Amino acid sequence: MKRLTAMTLLLSGAMLLAACHGKSAVKEPASSASEVPTNAAAGGAGTTMTPLGGGNSGSLQAIAQAGNDAPLDQRTIYFDFDRSEIKPQYDAVIAAYAKMLTANPGLKIRLEGNTDDRGSREYNIGLGERRAQAVRRALMLQGVADAQITTVSYGAERPAVEGDNAAAWAMNRRVDMVYQP
Amino acid sequence: MNEKSRPFALALLLLAGLAACASPAHAAFVVQITRGQDTAIPIAIVPFAAPPGASPFDVAGLVAQDLDGSGRFKSMDRRDMIDLPHSGAEISFDDWRRLNDDYIVVGGMTMPAPDRYDIAFELYNVLTRQRLLGYQIHTDTAGLRLAGHQIADKVFQSILGIRGAFATRVAYVLVLGHVPHRTFQLVVADADGANPHVVMQSSQPLMSPAWSPDGKELAYVSFEDKLPSIYVQVLKTGARRVVSATAGVNQAPAWSPDGRKLAVTLSNRAGNLDIYILDLATHALTRVTHNPGIDTEPQWSNDGKSLYFTSDRDGGPQIFQVPLAPGSRPRRLTFQGSYNARPRLSPDGSQLALVTRVHGKFRIATFDLQHHGGLRVLTHGRFDESPSYAPNGAEIIYATHAAGRGVLALVSTDGRVQQTLISPQGDVEEPVWGPFGSE
Repeated sequence: MKRLTAMTLLLSGAMLLAACHGKSAVKEPASSASEVPTNAAAGGAGTTMTPLGGGNSGSLQAIAQAGNDAPLDQRTIYFDFDRSEIKPQYDAVIAAYAKMLTANPGLKIRLEGNTDDRGSREYNIGLGERRAQAVRRALMLQGVADAQITTVSYGAERPAVEGDNAAAWAMNRRVDMVYQP
Repeated sequence: MNEKSRPFALALLLLAGLAACASPAHAAFVVQITRGQDTAIPIAIVPFAAPPGASPFDVAGLVAQDLDGSGRFKSMDRRDMIDLPHSGAEISFDDWRRLNDDYIVVGGMTMPAPDRYDIAFELYNVLTRQRLLGYQIHTDTAGLRLAGHQIADKVFQSILGIRGAFATRVAYVLVLGHVPHRTFQLVVADADGANPHVVMQSSQPLMSPAWSPDGKELAYVSFEDKLPSIYVQVLKTGARRVVSATAGVNQAPAWSPDGRKLAVTLSNRAGNLDIYILDLATHALTRVTHNPGIDTEPQWSNDGKSLYFTSDRDGGPQIFQVPLAPGSRPRRLTFQGSYNARPRLSPDGSQLALVTRVHGKFRIATFDLQHHGGLRVLTHGRFDESPSYAPNGAEIIYATHAAGRGVLALVSTDGRVQQTLISPQGDVEEPVWGPFGSE
């Protein structure tokens, strides 16, 4: 579990870098199917924010390299089955993203809502959108401008991991926060 | 009226080269009959006579395969045939009766010109020696497969009184590769899975294909711009156009019975999904639902005067119906269970097929619209979804999982016959059965 967490965080940092270079393809870390989603906030480390100079890629690289266990490296929020409420364990993640986005009005973020692949596909689009909107509202409540946020729902169409088991479903019920070039 | 639209909304895009990459996708499905009918009707399909130099295509073999695949017939093994008659005059009825066949099909091909075929066939009742059918089909080499499906259709209808649907097509989404490097293909194939053609391919999700009532076009959702848009594509030419690309959700297209409108699901800035009607000629949008819940998966009634749809306005997803007359209020139809979604109307309008959750398992059920009785659960899987009626109403095709892969399955509307269609590769999703005449 611990090793997986470390790998997730390393990969998250790499993804943040990738996002800065204009690649918006979402890549989830490969996961052994028995693992449930890991949560950076559970590591308990405080925010290690590096001042940003206008949101260019160099600064973002600095952030990514500065602290591998910072909440900003957690780019995914996971949800319970058929739910769209953000669990309290993600408060630090939301706060960190809100802080960075308010400090850098030029930064844009896309919230990608996803579900597990059970049930009706089109209804799942609705559920994914509801999850993305929950994160959008949470960010706006902390001062992020509406214009900095776009949402999209992929429903069950872009799973993070494959598999017909509870661990895979838990990894797929999520909102990915993706920086926009 | 919908107030927002992306600037390129409704632009006519003729991406024939991209969209019409109509290439054979893969070999046909392998059919596994998982649950047959005890009362399958014994029938002999005698190999057809063929002149020297004729195509080796086995028309009679395809007829037998179609009828067996329906689960309602059991065709005789050719090795057990003691005689190979090609016309009614050659049939020794007493022999076939002793072999326990109820019916017999005989026929033969002639070639009046190069690449031209005349296929004559007859259907007899072995017991009464009565001729039930006698037809001649004119075709070419490329049309022999279709001719076989048409013969199976005639035999099916003559014996069961139900129009056959073998000479129709299905559309489905085929997902190749593995996360995160997947390829999405929109495929159109014969109803038995043969002749698959990729009509659209993308590295981003494709979903919700919907046949136009005349079978000439498909509407579908594509995420090729990272955001969802609804396209309409002409199958013959591959020409396609964006019909809905509003900010937010553009989903769940459903054709009106006259083919002039699409019911679609759109969202507002707050992410609330509601159902609208899009006039394909004028691009005018008319809002149908006004509710903070998820309203989606519209489906037209046969008279075009109301929509069935999924809504979670009362908590979990349930099926509702709303008349399209102004000021009409939606009425909830389903009350059994906590999850009922994706309604699809039977061709005669008497029932809905839908996805229901039973003890945590997702299954296909029917709901009787005339008597508003309970749900009738037809399938036994854990991940059954996306039901679609055959145009004759006799069967429902749907998607499910087998050994961790997405596969297609069929169930007869009475629940007695079940089949799984295993594709050679990838995950098959969202099958949609085309209308009669879509070949």
